[in-house]
Amino acid sequence: MAAAQAVEEMRSRVVLEEFGVRNVHTTDFPGNYSGYDDAWDQDRFEKNFRVDVVHMDENSLEFDMVGIDAAIANAFRRILLAEVPTMAVEKVLVYNNTSIVQDEILAHRLGLIPIHADPRLFEYRNQGEEEGTEIDTLQFRLQVRCTRNPHAAKDSSDPNELYVNHKVYTRHMTWVPLGNQADLFPEGTIRPVHDDILIAQLRPGQEIDLLMQCVKGIGKDHAKFSPVATASYRLLPDITLLEPVEGDAAEELSQCFSPGVIEVQEIQGKKVARVANPRLDTFSREVFRNEKLKKVVRLARVRDHYIWKK
Amino acid sequence: MEEDQELERKISGLKTQMAEGERKTALEMVQAAGTDRHCVTFVLHEEDHTLGNSLRYMIMKNPEVEFCGYTTTHPSESKINLRIQTRGALPAVEPFQRGLTELMNVCQHVLDKFEASIKEYKDHKAGRKESTF
Repeated sequence: MAAAQAVEEMRSRVVLEEFGVRNVHTTDFPGNYSGYDDAWDQDRFEKNFRVDVVHMDENSLEFDMVGIDAAIANAFRRILLAEVPTMAVEKVLVYNNTSIVQDEILAHRLGLIPIHADPRLFEYRNQGEEEGTEIDTLQFRLQVRCTRNPHAAKDSSDPNELYVNHKVYTRHMTWVPLGNQADLFPEGTIRPVHDDILIAQLRPGQEIDLLMQCVKGIGKDHAKFSPVATASYRLLPDITLLEPVEGDAAEELSQCFSPGVIEVQEIQGKKVARVANPRLDTFSREVFRNEKLKKVVRLARVRDHYIWKK
Repeated sequence: MEEDQELERKISGLKTQMAEGERKTALEMVQAAGTDRHCVTFVLHEEDHTLGNSLRYMIMKNPEVEFCGYTTTHPSESKINLRIQTRGALPAVEPFQRGLTELMNVCQHVLDKFEASIKEYKDHKAGRKESTF
């Protein structure tokens, strides 16, 4: 009985001990365990696999993937970072730049601005092609000139009052439709994602006048094409109490973990600790610093339950 | 999700290049002299751990495979060596192709489940917003 439990633990949990981590690698391949059929079975995978979306809004997404292996989950993470295409500024034609930001620095900053355009509606530009066509290029124009504000107070020193247009934001970028793009994309859909990104600062007499061309690319080529700020996953924590913990030890135990993980309940006059929500834990392993409590708790992670956050 | 489509596209690109055999090589087979076709090393160009690790996992799940491993030759070169040894006399190409197809099926299923889950979440949120009025 104990042996069967130990085998289950080896197959399904990654155990965190005081000085190391055990059972890290996937071992459930055919032939490794007698009595288990580990050959690939698409139906069994489909039955066990599920995706639960926990939270989704315009800028972030958190979801759970249960029943898949680390190799494939990691492949998805690598693809999210490096191989999902987006549109980003590639070429900047500078007509006039009298600001103190150098041309190349300005061009680098413009390349990193995220553009709100669906890359599936565009094609990759062929290598060696200089002119962009309407199917693979988006054009934006940025024209800003800074002037002195004639209505400012005589002795004010606040640049917001003294100067007009002294901060260049992404909202100053205007889309220039090429060819039939004006028909395909309604007004306002092709724009930078955020319109309050500061691009440069100017003083009176300085001007920026440039034309930007965006192409489709992938993160492997240049990080500006990566669509995610970051995509990461963690395994679901699994905390088991090997013995019942009561009294003051229960309070101490709840302090060792992130808030909300361990709940102390009053049962028949005694305080008893109970694992309430292990998902919230960040595994600081504080419990291993407490001599009494470290034998009572087993910290582990469920091997095939991935919590994704983007 | 786009990445599932990307993974599928990359795998099918590999397969069609295997069939054509004439474009710039994406795949090579290397075999030691004197052995029959059951232990083969495949050299995949323009690939890295993204495909290597997931493909290795799918091929290892095949009970006919005795050994499967992959390495990246050097971090500056973008290619991987994938070695497959099968039990008995099964030609090594067979588990390789089967692993690729199974990986495509997995990705397709993940994509379907994910899209269904997103749709369900959106409907649930829309339903809840309406019920609060």
